[in-house]
Amino acid sequence: MKGALALCRREFNAYFDSPVAYVFTVAFLSVTFWFFFRGFFVGNQIQMREYFFFLPWVFLIFIPAVTMRLWAEEKKMGTVEVLLTLPVKEYELVLGKFLAGFLFVFVSVFFSFSLPLTLSFLGKLDWGPVIGGYLGTCLLGAAYLSIGLFLSNFTKNQIVAFILTILLSFTLFILGEDVILVNLPDFWVPFFSFLGLGKHFVSIQRGIIDSRDIVYYLSVTGFFLFLNVLFVTKRR
Amino acid sequence: MIDVEEITKRYAETVAVDRLSFQVEKGEILGLLGPNGAGKTTTMRILTGYLAADSGKVTVAGLDLRDHSLEIRRLIGYLPENNPLYPDMGVMEYLLFIAAMRGLPKTGRRNRIDRVIELTGLEKMAHKNIGELSKGYCQRVGLAQAIVHDPEILILDEPTVGLDPNQIVEIRSLIQRFGADKTIILSSHILPEVAATCSRVIILNSGKLAGSGTPEEMSVRARGGNAVTFVLKGPVDAITEKLKSRGDIKKIEIKGDEGSGKTRFRVITDGSVDIREAVFMMAVENQWVLSELYRESLSLEEIFQHLTIEEAVV
Repeated sequence: MKGALALCRREFNAYFDSPVAYVFTVAFLSVTFWFFFRGFFVGNQIQMREYFFFLPWVFLIFIPAVTMRLWAEEKKMGTVEVLLTLPVKEYELVLGKFLAGFLFVFVSVFFSFSLPLTLSFLGKLDWGPVIGGYLGTCLLGAAYLSIGLFLSNFTKNQIVAFILTILLSFTLFILGEDVILVNLPDFWVPFFSFLGLGKHFVSIQRGIIDSRDIVYYLSVTGFFLFLNVLFVTKRR
Repeated sequence: MIDVEEITKRYAETVAVDRLSFQVEKGEILGLLGPNGAGKTTTMRILTGYLAADSGKVTVAGLDLRDHSLEIRRLIGYLPENNPLYPDMGVMEYLLFIAAMRGLPKTGRRNRIDRVIELTGLEKMAHKNIGELSKGYCQRVGLAQAIVHDPEILILDEPTVGLDPNQIVEIRSLIQRFGADKTIILSSHILPEVAATCSRVIILNSGKLAGSGTPEEMSVRARGGNAVTFVLKGPVDAITEKLKSRGDIKKIEIKGDEGSGKTRFRVITDGSVDIREAVFMMAVENQWVLSELYRESLSLEEIFQHLTIEEAVV
């Protein structure tokens, strides 16, 4: 586990060694806050539903930007050769990189917590949906991150990794949408509705924390991390 | 220490390494020599566990690479081709990262890195970003990275490529200083480079073993003798006659007229005959003025052509 932690620290610092971290955080907060305040003064309500409604869509663009460099840059610079010849197990490498991405996104999301704090001073805030929303955000973020990390393996080009991740995440996200479901044979509807990344987010952001949703997100994350470990092992 | 048996590695169409076998003894400095694309890098990548061979067996310190990749990686320090580094990281930060990844105990880590930095002459650069360093210093960082854990085995892929002559000398002496009691494999496509550092040389050609021996043996074998060049002032025919009458000369090349009666000759002799003294004596006897006389260092291309042509005839 020491290897995973050492790598995690390096990767996390790497975000802050370059302008990536600052640009990302500022852009992420600007976009999400804009979505929030757009409806806030009109609706005149103390709640964050709007915020969590748009968040998965913002993540769709922002998370791939975090994960695209994780393997692709390493391949482009050749440093992957140093990394893979260190006496560290493959799963530790994957885990280290994943954790670094997760912590980094977590920091950005953490700054947005100023929003509910402000709201709670303005009026009576129902914390249930807010806590649920943040929990869902972390889970959804983890799922996107694992997809992005996995796809970053396939190319030296960060832009390609970025676009591929958007495509796959988007596909998984809309699987459970009604537009897709109505066009499917009845037999497949529950299956697809369960597979969709978006469907599970809806119930969590209502403040309903269902173990099925949590298990679902953790499984998706675990699945892609597993594929990633497999890929790194096989490429030798 | 390292035992390579019949390893083969294929990329889509080409065979990069073809049933290659060799051994490296403990404490030996082995040079892998060959032109670009000969399979040097692939061989090193297999030894370090970066790539897996399609077939064949590699044993390091009595352990099979297939089953003990992790243990073997612990024994090896590796400087990959082109010395990949993270330009945004500081030198100290990078070495601390590698030390942590290698699982060096936290207490001794800092001391060990200070020692490595001293050994590689990086004291003044320790707190700079790697991206700001010159190529020579980058190479030292790469080397420092490879020796952080004081490995038994050091594998260096073209450690001096792209450096200026002074830097080459520095890196070479660094390798020798560190490698006193280590097993080292280094690759190069320049023979003098390998001759300066290695105790034994292996020549690779399109993934196959094309020859092995000490650097001196390689030169002699490739030539089938020695090559001596000299410039004499005197009648060309008479000189040629004299040389021919010796009987141990394989080939006489007249390289050109140097003006005012001087002619440049290149003479290749049998086996290990050294005719430099004879040339001097001949010049004195006949009052031919000798203005140049040397035995050549052979280019890899020459050795290489010879070895590959020889192989084709067999």
